[in-house]
Amino acid sequence: MPLEAKNVSFRYDRKQRWILEDQSLRLDRGEKLALFAPSGYGKTTLAMLLSGYRQPTKGQILLDGAPLPKTGICPVQLICQHPEKAINPRWRLRNVLEESSSLREEMLGEFGIEKAWLDRFPRELSGGELQRFCVARALMSGAEYLICDEISTMLDVITQAQIWNVILKHAAQSNMGILAVTHNLNLARHIADRVYDLAKREYI
Amino acid sequence: MDAKTESLLEIHDLSVSFRMYDHALGQRDLQVISDLHLTVKPGEIVAVAGSSGSGKSLLASAILGILPDNATVKGHLHYKGQQLTSQLQSKIRGSEVALVPQSISYLDPLMKVGRQVDGWKKPRPTEKRRGLFRRLALPEQTENLYPFQLSGGMARRVLVSTALISDAELIIADEPTPGMSLDQALEALQMFREMAKEGKAVILITHDIDLAFQFADRVAVFYAGTTVETAPAADFRSGPQALRHPYSKALWHALPQNGFQPIDGFQPYAGNLPKGCLFAPRCPYATAQCRESVPPMETVRGGEVRCFHAT
Repeated sequence: MPLEAKNVSFRYDRKQRWILEDQSLRLDRGEKLALFAPSGYGKTTLAMLLSGYRQPTKGQILLDGAPLPKTGICPVQLICQHPEKAINPRWRLRNVLEESSSLREEMLGEFGIEKAWLDRFPRELSGGELQRFCVARALMSGAEYLICDEISTMLDVITQAQIWNVILKHAAQSNMGILAVTHNLNLARHIADRVYDLAKREYI
Repeated sequence: MDAKTESLLEIHDLSVSFRMYDHALGQRDLQVISDLHLTVKPGEIVAVAGSSGSGKSLLASAILGILPDNATVKGHLHYKGQQLTSQLQSKIRGSEVALVPQSISYLDPLMKVGRQVDGWKKPRPTEKRRGLFRRLALPEQTENLYPFQLSGGMARRVLVSTALISDAELIIADEPTPGMSLDQALEALQMFREMAKEGKAVILITHDIDLAFQFADRVAVFYAGTTVETAPAADFRSGPQALRHPYSKALWHALPQNGFQPIDGFQPYAGNLPKGCLFAPRCPYATAQCRESVPPMETVRGGEVRCFHAT
């Protein structure tokens, strides 16, 4: 029951260079994989393809052998590097969490979210606080796969450790597959079973 | 007076608060920075590390005088021994003091990158910029691209080159490295080091404390809008026993290679700060004294620390 990228290539239009060329990747339920590459190698693009935000120019993204569902909450959830860009700035945070699932207030404490924050707007919270909302939103929706695109580069190391510990705990409980895009090899080795280098096309 | 002329930038007891609307027309002041100290000498790289939302970027804005209108700044800010007034700020901003902004959205979306880096009032020689781009591993055709055509890491390197090309004496680099690969980040920091060797000063605001420990001369640790410790970077390299403040030690232990162990709890929200030491609610060593009064900044083993129990 894997999430697979099969020989995917991507470019924005015919005149432009290939951002990704013929990349393949397989992520199983319960697997933790880190994706590593220099900047500009298409890590973020691959993350967006895998979570259905963009369609590959060539090749296929397959979930259990079938294309990603086009309706409903996608079982592959993406958490991005910039939480302030991933949350509707005109919605209160309560609405942000309620969009994808029924809100379970008792779970908020785990993510370090205070109930009073639910009635605030995104701009009233710091980046670390918002990123915890994005993690909560992805995990509460019952995702089977989580694509984490540099989710902790903007955070201090304590918040980074807190967020990752919550994700890893939930991943273990519900047998989630995790793809962690990161530049930090120390972090990659700590959270993932294997590290894939997109530039060298091999596991390191 | 002598001490002041020695340092390029000296900040004492800085506090920043924002006037916010509460209910209807009621207003209140939200204190986001309090009792903050930071000194920067020529030839030095000072790293500013600390939790997200601890006021690191606000400090940069306060130095440059680009805070929004509802902000109130109190305290002593001196630049080259002169009081940093808003007139002086607008004079040195962009000429003597350069900022590497945190957000890549600071690039003008409608201008090609090369022209933005050169500057347009008094364009700098193209050769200098091409040299910088080569060292930062930016392909030559980058100069003809618009910001939306750059990847995150490329945009970062373009922002760094805007500061490196200037003749600024103080560079405030706000998170310059995220999105860059390790080699590129090391090269960028190496270039900051070369600037420092020429007698310039760099304030390096960063979450990548691994890099900060390697490259900075001193590290200032911020927590909830105040400085909790300022110490030589060597102390941070040698480990928790050399550090003075429990929060600095907690940062060290939370690094992936040092155990990845976070401490419990979260940084207090600006409107809801505890009465005594700001770190007391999360501190394993907190006593009644810590909960009652704010500890002063004291010199301990060659570093400064804000803790009653530091040894």
